[in-house]
Order: sequence, then structure tokens, then C-alpha cells
Amino acid sequence: MKTTRGYALSTLAATALLACSGAAYAAKTLVYCSEGSPEGFNPQYYTTGTTFDAVSVPMFNRLVEFDTGTTNIVPGLAESYTASADGLSYTFKLRKGVKFHSNAKFTPTRDFDADDVLFSFQRMMDPNHPFAKTQAGTTYAYFDDMDMKNIIDKVEKVDAMTVKFTLKKPEAPFIANMAMDFASILSAEYAERMKAAGNVETFDREPIGTGPFTFVSYQKDATIRYKANDHYWGGRPKLDNLVFAITTDASVRYAKLKTGECHVMAFPKPADVALMKNDPNINLVQQNGLNVGYIAFNVEKKPFDNKLVRQALNMAVNKKGILDAVFQGAGAVAKNPIPPTLWSYNDKVADYPYDPAKAKALLAQAGYPNGVEVDLWYLPVTRPYNPDGKRMADLIQSDWEKVGVKAKLVTFEWGEYRKRSKTGEQHSMMFGWSGDNGDPDNFFVPLLGCSAVKGGGNVARWCNKDFEDLVQKAKATTKQADRAALYEKAQVIAKDEAPWITIAHSVRFDPVRKEVVGYKMDATAHHYFTKVDMADK
Amino acid sequence: MFSFVLRRLGLVVPTFIGITLLVFSLIRLLPGDPVEALSGERGMDPQRYQRLLHEFGLDRPLPVQYGEYVWKAVHGDLGLSTITHESVFREFIARFPATIELSFCAMLLALVIGLPAGIIAAVKRNTVWDYSVMGASLTGFSMPIFWWGLLLILMFSVTLGWTPVSGRIAIQYDIPPITGFMLIDSLMSGDKGAFRSALSHLILPSIALGTIPLAVIARMTRSSMLEVLREDYVRTARAKGASALRVVGLHALRNALIPVITTIGLQVGTLLAGAILTESIFSWPGIGKWLVEAIGRRDYPAVQGGLLMSASVIIGVNLIVDVLYGVINPRIRHQ
Repeated sequence: MKTTRGYALSTLAATALLACSGAAYAAKTLVYCSEGSPEGFNPQYYTTGTTFDAVSVPMFNRLVEFDTGTTNIVPGLAESYTASADGLSYTFKLRKGVKFHSNAKFTPTRDFDADDVLFSFQRMMDPNHPFAKTQAGTTYAYFDDMDMKNIIDKVEKVDAMTVKFTLKKPEAPFIANMAMDFASILSAEYAERMKAAGNVETFDREPIGTGPFTFVSYQKDATIRYKANDHYWGGRPKLDNLVFAITTDASVRYAKLKTGECHVMAFPKPADVALMKNDPNINLVQQNGLNVGYIAFNVEKKPFDNKLVRQALNMAVNKKGILDAVFQGAGAVAKNPIPPTLWSYNDKVADYPYDPAKAKALLAQAGYPNGVEVDLWYLPVTRPYNPDGKRMADLIQSDWEKVGVKAKLVTFEWGEYRKRSKTGEQHSMMFGWSGDNGDPDNFFVPLLGCSAVKGGGNVARWCNKDFEDLVQKAKATTKQADRAALYEKAQVIAKDEAPWITIAHSVRFDPVRKEVVGYKMDATAHHYFTKVDMADK
Repeated sequence: MFSFVLRRLGLVVPTFIGITLLVFSLIRLLPGDPVEALSGERGMDPQRYQRLLHEFGLDRPLPVQYGEYVWKAVHGDLGLSTITHESVFREFIARFPATIELSFCAMLLALVIGLPAGIIAAVKRNTVWDYSVMGASLTGFSMPIFWWGLLLILMFSVTLGWTPVSGRIAIQYDIPPITGFMLIDSLMSGDKGAFRSALSHLILPSIALGTIPLAVIARMTRSSMLEVLREDYVRTARAKGASALRVVGLHALRNALIPVITTIGLQVGTLLAGAILTESIFSWPGIGKWLVEAIGRRDYPAVQGGLLMSASVIIGVNLIVDVLYGVINPRIRHQ
């Protein structure tokens, strides 16, 4: 009796399993376990990677784009561009024959052209544009954050397939900004049509782009469905369907990956990574993150106004120990403010050695032979560049203790932490940064530039004239090789002056099931499925 | 009876005022605000910060904000989410059926197992049956939902492969939400596989969520049964020679159920609270998961509106239970 019942049960389970994973899968469908719900479906309003993964990456294009896996700029909706000699204007030649998606409410009557580019940018630039404000509470957050208002003077249509951007000042990172998500090109025709039909919200909620996948449906907090764009200008994707299964818990995402309920998962827990490496069904793809985690010394406060103290505390910290304990191997020691994946990284810079004896000597030389008491602020949350702020703070506290520096650990709620850091209240604090656009300027200026002391992004409040001159000159230089030389010098100054202890660049992992072919990790932490295929099982 | 219902309704008004005040002040006591929560490492420039604060109406004095919140809530307007810019009411309604469906199944499970278990424990008092039921229910009651849910997933989904890990239905079924109840919508789609899939997705979350109410119901049934079994009329029924089944099932159970029903009413609150954790683990797109995210993002209107709606549901259910109880038991009405 017992055995028969057992048999019946297992048959039932097997049938149920078959029913779950069976027939309807003739088409190639990839399920991606994403970490959260998108905030909305218009890429211009938001700043989170979760929204970009779900919106701008699958459904939209930019004039220029990042080559997946690197931060190199490749042609997108513009076939080519030319910069004027003075660096004040950029002319884009647009790609011909690019089709916008269609949906139940909209079928485009024309191909992509200059009007769409003008529409997309003028909407963000001009508060009096008819589509500048279609929803209360929205702002063009990233456009503002990247200070585009003070960069772009005007956008003009030269002819139907040529657009000219005139800048207010020479700004070399401009072209990298144009590859960012907020610079996605939207359909002017769709906006006009929805406005005429009296439901302008549709324009923001049911996205129409030019990207490799078209929008099918969104079930709140559960699934987002896309299908291949048959008319994609870059060639139709190999997948027929792309589905985002929104799964907020990282352990559950891993469980789903193991059972095959999803094929790719976002953001594994560092503790799970070792297990994933040994899983025969999973390929663990990895890439160095475009980020840096650091301790900033507030140079406006004693004892950090003294360069020797900053250098001494650099030497007192055992970074290797931190990497093993906090990052569990998923990180690399940082010696520069920018990660090695970024062009202009100066590998010749020598890091401070771990040398408590020398640190002690330096402290004595600086006038603190009996040590000193400081505050150390630590991160209250997990960030991409730092999985565990408290643990890191504990380790640094004990390292500093050994050279006679007593650190009091302090933290606040995350929003409060950032708010206070801008006022300059901090002594020494743990912070970090994830790059936006793969341009070195995007690290040096917002984090260590003089204007960022006032803006609050420069939490070390360090303003060094030599450093500032170099990075400002690099901003105004168009040739990459010339800029790289300037940034390399800037890194030497930053090391010697030691406004930070550069701790680590984290390594990111994307666990992918074996049947997924051609998956490549992106440098800016997006998830691209355009060129991905599924092997037959 | 009418005056009893009226009196009971009168109590609802101060409860509501209390809830709105509590929700309104608690979310504001948390450090950070909705605008600050929108920015990352970069922070936000003060100009945009002020503009957004103004647009969200957060630059006005607190009493004004509170007054507006209550005034609008009374008129059925819960405001717009600061994240999605959609009506909080619509956001709530879109997700509520998922929570009801899960809570209903969890409660069904709790009843189907909890009632008989409690009865058995009472009838076989001080035997191994009693001890196992009570031991198991104590364990179930003390089990952290979060840990229990993950354990269930590891056991039944990952190791045994019997049930899906999370979600409401397998990916290949794109069922448009007509009623919002996946079981009903999948039945209406006419695809048997879809219904089976929806059902199999309900098993683990229902167990995770139903465990605590199950334990409570089993314990309540047992103690209430024990009391009734000592009553004279039960002895009389036994003396008359009524079968054990008849004595327990008819004479005793009926009367023992009254306090149990009250307990069930109270468990609605437990279910909604438990749904917050259960939904987060099982990626169940209901209001629990939504509220957790809204709190994290300091989405004041969503938290205020969502909690108000959930509280209304709990108050409503308890009101109905109280009134029904008054119907069943006239003594309550005249107290």
C-alpha cells in the first residue's frame, strides 16, 4: 500500500512538473530574475539601475551607446558624430530606416528622425516645452544630476537626419553622457498622438522606443514581458520572448535559478557566490565593477588637515584583511580613485604599504605621538562597492587602534547619512561611488573637485589647486589620449595628498544558467539580452 | 440589535482617527524623507529638493498636511505615490486580490488542519496525540515566517522539485488580471495547466502564512473543547448513550466553536501582518510586499493610504465578527 501511494504521488508530481515546464516553450524565452519593480516606464525620469534594466536597456536606444562589456562608445541611433575643433559643438548624423515600436494605441507613420531627438532633449531642457511636465512629482533627475542644463546650450535640426548640439562650454564627457539612459530617444509622434487623444500619461506608461525588445505587459511587482522587435535596426534578437520575474529576495532568486524558473539572476549575495561556482548548472560570469569604496578624511577638521596624519592612517589599514573578510574575495584592492577598468587608470601609482610602525612614526612627526581620537562614520546599508559597512568599520577601528588612533564608530539612517555628509559634519567617513558613464571625469570632478566641496559630493572637502587644474583642463580637451595623460597626473597628486583611503573596487557577479549562450556582463551594471541566445536542451 | 450595531459603529470613528494619526506620525518619525530617498550617493541639489518637497506638499506645516490627508481620505482620495505617480487607491486595489487569495488559502489550510487537530488533542487529552499536537502547534507558533518560508523553498522546491519557488503562476501563462484572483482568472482562461500552475504556486506561501493561525486555532479549539466536554449536558448526552462521535461532533463542537470563531476573526490581522513577510519571500505581488517597499522608499502617500486601507479591512472584518457574535449570542448585545 505504502509503495503504491508513494508511486502515485511521484507520478503526480512528475505530471505537475511537466505541465509547468512543458509545451508552450516552443519559442525561445529567457526569464531574468530581477531585483525589484521599475519605478516607471519613461527612462528620462529615473536614476535606478532597476528601472534602466527594465526600460531603457531592452526598449530604447541612445544616439551613441556603450559597447556591452566596456565603456567604449559605439554608434547607436547616430551613425557617426563630429566634434568641432573648439569642442563647443557636436553634429550627429542619424541612422536611416529606424522604426519605432507599435502598440494597440499607436502605429508610427514615419521612421525615426531629427524631430525625435529634438523632442527628447528639449523636453528635458526647456521648462516651457509642451511636454516638459506631464506628471506631477516627476523631474528629469539624471539630466539634472549630470548638470546637462549647464552643458547643452541648444539642440538644432540641421536637416531631417542631422542634429547639432551646441554646448555652453567645452565638455569632453558630453559624448559619454549621451550614451546614458536618460538620453534615450523617445518618439515625438507618439507623444503628440497621445496628447491629441487626451491621455498623455499613456506616453509615459506604455513605452514606445526603437530598442531590441517591445513592451508586452506589466503585472505589478510580478512580471514584465517583452517580445523581440522584428524590425530592430541592429538585427532581430535571437530570443523571442524576454520575461522579467521580479524577485526581491536574493536567496529566492538563487533558488529560482537552481530550479530553472529563471535563467539569469541579478545581484547574488556575496555569501552565495562560492556555492554558485560549484554548481554544474550555473555559469558564474564576473566583471570588475565600475566603482570605488573609500574612507574620506574631512580635511577641514583636525587632525585630518595634516597630510601626514592622512598618510599615516592609510598605512595603518590592512586592506588585504578587509578584502578577505568583507568582500570574501569579490573585490580588488583600490589604489586610485578610479577602477582599473576605466581608461586613464594610472597603474604606476604605488599604494601606501601596510606598515603600522611607519604609521606610528608619521603620527609622531605630525605632532600626535600619543595618538588621537577620531570619529569614523560607517555605511548603514549594503552598497555595490561595500557589502558590509559595519564589518569594515570594525576592522579599520582595530587597525587604527594598533597605531594609537581611537576611532568612535558612528552611523545614521542612509538618507540622514548622505544629508549630514554634505554639511561637512563628518570626521572620517566611509563612502563610495558607482560610475555613471565610464568617463574618468565622472569620478574625479563630482568626488574630489573643488566645486563638489560646496555641492557636498566631495565628502573629504579636499580642494587642491594642482589637481583641480588638471581635471578641469581634461574636461576641456577633446582628444582622449591627451585627457588620459592629465588624469594620470591627477592620480599621482591624489595618492600623495591622501584625502581618502582607497579601499576596494568590488567584483560583480551575474549567475547564468548553462543553457544561456552569449551572455556578456555590462560595465555599467546593466543587464543586456540583445545578443543572448538559448541552447536547445 | 440595531442600537448594538450603532454603538459598535460609533467605536469605529475614534479607531480611525487613532490609526490615521499613528500612521501619519510614525512614517514621519523615520529619518529621511521621500525626496531624500530618491537620490543616491550623489545627493540632490537643494533647488530640486525644494521643488519636489513643494510638489509632494511636504513643505507645509504638519497639522495642515495631516488635515489634508484625512480630508482627502474621507473623500476616497489617498493621493499619488511619490515613486510611481499613480493613485495610491489604484495601486492598492491592483494588489489587494493577491493578498486576499493568499490569506484565504492560508486560513483555509489553518482551519482544515487546525480544527481537527484541536479536537483530537482535546478528546485524547494527555495522550501522545495531545502532546504531539500541542508541541507541533507551539513550534509552528514560534516559527519566524521568514526562516520557515525559505526552509520550505529549499526543501520542497529546490531539493524535491515538487513545487515552484515563487511567483503566482508559471511564466508561460500570461493571464490578464480580470478579477485579480489568479485561481479564478486562470480558470476563466480555460487552460487547465494554468489553473494547476496557479494552484501549485499557492501551496508553499499558504503553508508559510497559515502556520501561525493554524497553531492558534488548534490551541484555541483544544482548550475550548476541553471546557465544553466538562459541561453537564455533555455528561448527560454520554449518559443517554449517544455515540462518542455524536457527543463530540454535535453537542460539544457546536458550543466550543463560538470562541474559536472570534479567534478566527482576530487572525485576519495576523494574516495581513504575516503577509508582509510571506509576500516578500515568495515574490507574491500583494500589498504586504508593496508596503515594505513603500516604507523603504519613504513613499508617504502609499504607506499612509496602504495602512489605512489594511486597517479598514481588519476593522471591517472584526465589526462583522462582533455583529455576528451578537446575533449568535444575545448576552453580548445587552452588556
